[in-house]
Amino acid sequence: MHIDEQLIYLDNAATSWPKPISVGAAMLRFLTEMGANPGRSGHRMALEAARIVYETRESVARLFNAPDPLGVIFGANVTEALNLAIHGYLRPGDHVITTSMEHNSMMRPLRAMERNGLELTVVKCSAEGYLPPEDVAAAIRPNTVILAVNHASNVVGTITPVADIGEIARQYGLLLLLDTAQSAGAFPIDMQADRIDLLAFTGHKSLYGSMGTGGLIVGPRVDLERFTPLKQGGTGSRSELEDHPGFLPDLGESGTPNGVGIAGLKAGIQWILQQGLDTIRSHETTLTQQLLDGLLGIPGVTVYGSLYADFQTPTVSFNIDDQSPSEVGLRLDEEFGILCRVGLHCAPAAHKTLGTFPAGTVRFSLGAMNTREDVRAAISAVRQLSQKNNMLHFSRKHFTAKDQP
Amino acid sequence: MSKIYSVILVYSTSYALKIEKILQEAGIGHYLIPVPRHLSSDCGVCVRISQSDRKRSEALLQSAQVETEGFYDI
Repeated sequence: MHIDEQLIYLDNAATSWPKPISVGAAMLRFLTEMGANPGRSGHRMALEAARIVYETRESVARLFNAPDPLGVIFGANVTEALNLAIHGYLRPGDHVITTSMEHNSMMRPLRAMERNGLELTVVKCSAEGYLPPEDVAAAIRPNTVILAVNHASNVVGTITPVADIGEIARQYGLLLLLDTAQSAGAFPIDMQADRIDLLAFTGHKSLYGSMGTGGLIVGPRVDLERFTPLKQGGTGSRSELEDHPGFLPDLGESGTPNGVGIAGLKAGIQWILQQGLDTIRSHETTLTQQLLDGLLGIPGVTVYGSLYADFQTPTVSFNIDDQSPSEVGLRLDEEFGILCRVGLHCAPAAHKTLGTFPAGTVRFSLGAMNTREDVRAAISAVRQLSQKNNMLHFSRKHFTAKDQP
Repeated sequence: MSKIYSVILVYSTSYALKIEKILQEAGIGHYLIPVPRHLSSDCGVCVRISQSDRKRSEALLQSAQVETEGFYDI
């Protein structure tokens, strides 16, 4: 397929596109100039590759104010990171509190553990997706170990009050596991101030790296003795032992890492820091409010979530009358060149909370590269689709069965 | 041969690179080399410094709370 300039990409919550030019350049440079195995051999090219990986740990730690770059475990994506935290740390008999706005990357590993004896409480969020911190506190039991919550909904972008949840974790001596799939790079995150113990991130969304990158940042309150990695294997360290090492980051990193992707992730984070996270956030907030206001002004369109750009990431979900989201998505693509995601967004719990299960919604998710013109075009397309829909209803009323072809 | 170097043994390459950064910032000359076989059977890298910088390096790493497997004169 040829991608030309006519397309409007509004699917950044799935993966950001386009990426900064520097990201692709860094990946090509790693592949062609320093493509040795990082952290294995000790020759200069392997060390240069290992330096890129280490500097990326530093960049990640700086962006989230993590206490130690060595706590950054790289992996394939946020799903792998959440699985590492959930399956690696929790045991049958432990109690975990999560929310009704979670993505399946959190919910499914928790449900799987629940079948093996984990106690799970799912705190109900409001129809706008807000998590009431007092309900989290009320659900705490003597055997509660982890509060496992998303930072921002992948369906409607609603932000979780992390500082409040972190304060509850501090008060009761619990660990806070935060899924930052939708917020990392788009929203300020301070691991130490907000008392986040396990931070799961993905590299290919608002960190502007490539797919196949992400990780779990492990803070100092996490008991490493209790941590069982999902995979054991070569780490380039303690090679004389047949048992897997128990220190960070090797504990969670087996096998050759995605060096090319990690080099791209470093460039992505650098790009964010150069632009300024606040500048990106402010740009995206302006566009989000423009989108919300535009959609709310169209008769027949229902918008879900907070409806205030300040309280959400640049992800907006809506429906047009009773048109099926998949039909709307197809027409946006084919008739308007607008690319978005429709349906349940791998988050059935969230859609049940929002009242949009099982049909789902149409989701426009913006990114740093989107413009006011993109948003204007998207609003105009939705308006046209909603008008066509009205005309269709109108015309159907006036046709009898014999008029049908 | 008189001993002129010390090496810092570490748990993994990531640690060596962290130490490298700290020494670099402090202006202490250093070089990453394969672990000398007589010190450890680990096949990774370690950080070689001049013996005269050993005390200062030890203090630096201690205050930065970087764990090592020890300093050895070679």
